Amino acid sequence: MDKFDKLTGIAAPMPLVNIDTDMIIPKQFLKTIKRSGLGVNLFDEMRYDREGNENADFVLNKPQYRETEILVAGDNFGCGSSREHAPWAIKDFGIRCVIAPSFADIFYNNCFKNGILPIALPQEAVDVLMKDAERGSNARMTVDLESQTVTTSDGEVFSFEVDSFKKHCLMEGLDDIGLTMAKAGAIDTFEAQASQARPWV
Amino acid sequence: MSPKTLYDKIWDAHVVQQDEDGTCLLYIDRHLVHEVTSPQAFEGLRMSGRKVRAPEKTIAVPDHNVPTTLDRDDAATMTEDSRIQVAALDANAKEFGVNYYPVSDIRQGIVHIVGPEQGWTLPGMTVVCGDSHTATHGAFGALAHGIGTSEVEHVLATQTLIQKKSKNMKVEITGKLRPGVTAKDITLSVIGVTGTAGGTGYVIEYCGEAIRDLSMEGRMTVCNMAIEGGARAGLIAPDEKTFEYCKGRPHAPKGAQWEAAMDWWKTLFSDEDAHWDKVITIKGEDIAPVVTWGTSPEDVLPITATVPNPTDFKGGKVDAAKRSIEYMGLEAGQKLSDIKIDTVFIGSCTNGRIEDLRAAAAVVKGKKIKDGLRAMVVPGSGLVRAQAEEEGLAQIFQDAGFEWRLAGCSMCLAMNPDQLAPGERCASTSNRNFEGRQGYKGRTHLMSPAMAAAAAITGHLTDVRELM
Ligand code: SF4
Repeated sequence: MDKFDKLTGIAAPMPLVNIDTDMIIPKQFLKTIKRSGLGVNLFDEMRYDREGNENADFVLNKPQYRETEILVAGDNFGCGSSREHAPWAIKDFGIRCVIAPSFADIFYNNCFKNGILPIALPQEAVDVLMKDAERGSNARMTVDLESQTVTTSDGEVFSFEVDSFKKHCLMEGLDDIGLTMAKAGAIDTFEAQASQARPWV
Repeated sequence: MSPKTLYDKIWDAHVVQQDEDGTCLLYIDRHLVHEVTSPQAFEGLRMSGRKVRAPEKTIAVPDHNVPTTLDRDDAATMTEDSRIQVAALDANAKEFGVNYYPVSDIRQGIVHIVGPEQGWTLPGMTVVCGDSHTATHGAFGALAHGIGTSEVEHVLATQTLIQKKSKNMKVEITGKLRPGVTAKDITLSVIGVTGTAGGTGYVIEYCGEAIRDLSMEGRMTVCNMAIEGGARAGLIAPDEKTFEYCKGRPHAPKGAQWEAAMDWWKTLFSDEDAHWDKVITIKGEDIAPVVTWGTSPEDVLPITATVPNPTDFKGGKVDAAKRSIEYMGLEAGQKLSDIKIDTVFIGSCTNGRIEDLRAAAAVVKGKKIKDGLRAMVVPGSGLVRAQAEEEGLAQIFQDAGFEWRLAGCSMCLAMNPDQLAPGERCASTSNRNFEGRQGYKGRTHLMSPAMAAAAAITGHLTDVRELM
């Protein structure tokens, strides 16, 4: 998995609340059996018209946001389905960090498995960052996972919380399957005990 | 011993290892798999030379892409990429030796209907699936939740998940429901109260007289939509109805094992003085038959209400409501029961079980659907379909003008050809009314099977109590 430590980049504002996984990547793109190549269809139904032409007023189509690496969004981002295609599409587009007042649980977890940092901050802080993002490509935000801070283009700093284990895995680019496989002994022991206690499972 | 919630009890029984910061390795008893979220996970195993650790605890069934038309054996009914995805599941199930119900098997159906039906889902288990509606299985008092594809691969390889414990929320529905009010109205009304993010960080236990009174089918409907309320999982403590439902199912324990299982299952309830981080109480008698008007499941109102005004809301929801009303082609102040529909969809893992079909058929019986309407019933599994035919429900639907389909997810997410056209409006028993969910620019109103059946008869959103 790609490591994430520090990022300075363009942030795009998407103030909508409840941005769901169907908006992030509509179901017609879930038919792939690969993880790659979904970036062109990120936010497909907002980004293109039926004929596939770009909607000029959609934020990521604007010249100043084409190189967006950070998304600032409304409450409950990523609600809806468990599709990991959502973070795959976000990452494939080039976005490595999403900032919102809150995230849906499964989406939040899925981000960490794909080298994306989701940051939950209070609404007031997100409002400030949203304003900053609205300034376009001149305004570059900095996200620093080590110090757990987001810094606006004006130098205002916000601290965020992140689970220590998730932070460690993201900073080191660790694969959790490998980590868990190293605990196979403990799983064997658990299975042996469980098959005594609950043999019907 | 300190008092525990049902969630605490199931969690504690499945912790393999706990780290100092509270991160746990949780053992998974059942892993359900479908064709959309699994191909990359199996591919990951292949690339790293790993096996499925417990193929006997892994159950796969194709459902999302599968055509539900009668001619589905003809491969031409599937688009090329859908066909590839289903073929990939066929091949992976065989290569890795997991339990499998292919399209040709009468037991095939929506993964969350097949699991309970075959007795794979049992009280006290941990159940996961690469699908957010895994919460459905919580109706059995099983800790069940959706996971992403990386986690699917993690469970396939290790039969565990890395998890931190959620908080405990109790949702109590007291007293009795009024006539015409169903499990779907309960679950939608709860989301109306909590909002779609209200459950974030929690596992919900639903309890109270109105929940106890529900059948297993109804309880599955309630838990199914826990995820729409943002919760990781929904749970209902097992009782005699649960045991009765499980008994004799193909993969339920038998004989002495059944007795041993029952001994444990009977301990699966929240202790009297257990700690709750959040409690919500709703009176059963206050719940009305509801419909959604917007593009979030929290946009729910009694059928007797009117479309709200965006200025009734606060914060980011003002713009969201404006956008929803525009997308849905509605006007603030319009009566919900005046909204005309083009399509009716009865099915999905929320409402594709036998009891749902019975409820819809009871409304439809002896009547015809409104002229020009497209209406379909898609049973949740091949076995539900067979039972409905045996009970004469299929005939009732067909006589009324409904299409009688084969089992699958169908128009719930429209990955197969069952889709809404742009602007088309649907009365749907599914669980998500997101923009484009049932087809590009399609408009979805969520409701119970009885309400969807009523809408099919009148051609507009309708208070089912007027037809009773
Ligand atoms: S019926 Fe709908 S919600 Fe349920 S599993 Fe299928 S697509 Fe998902």
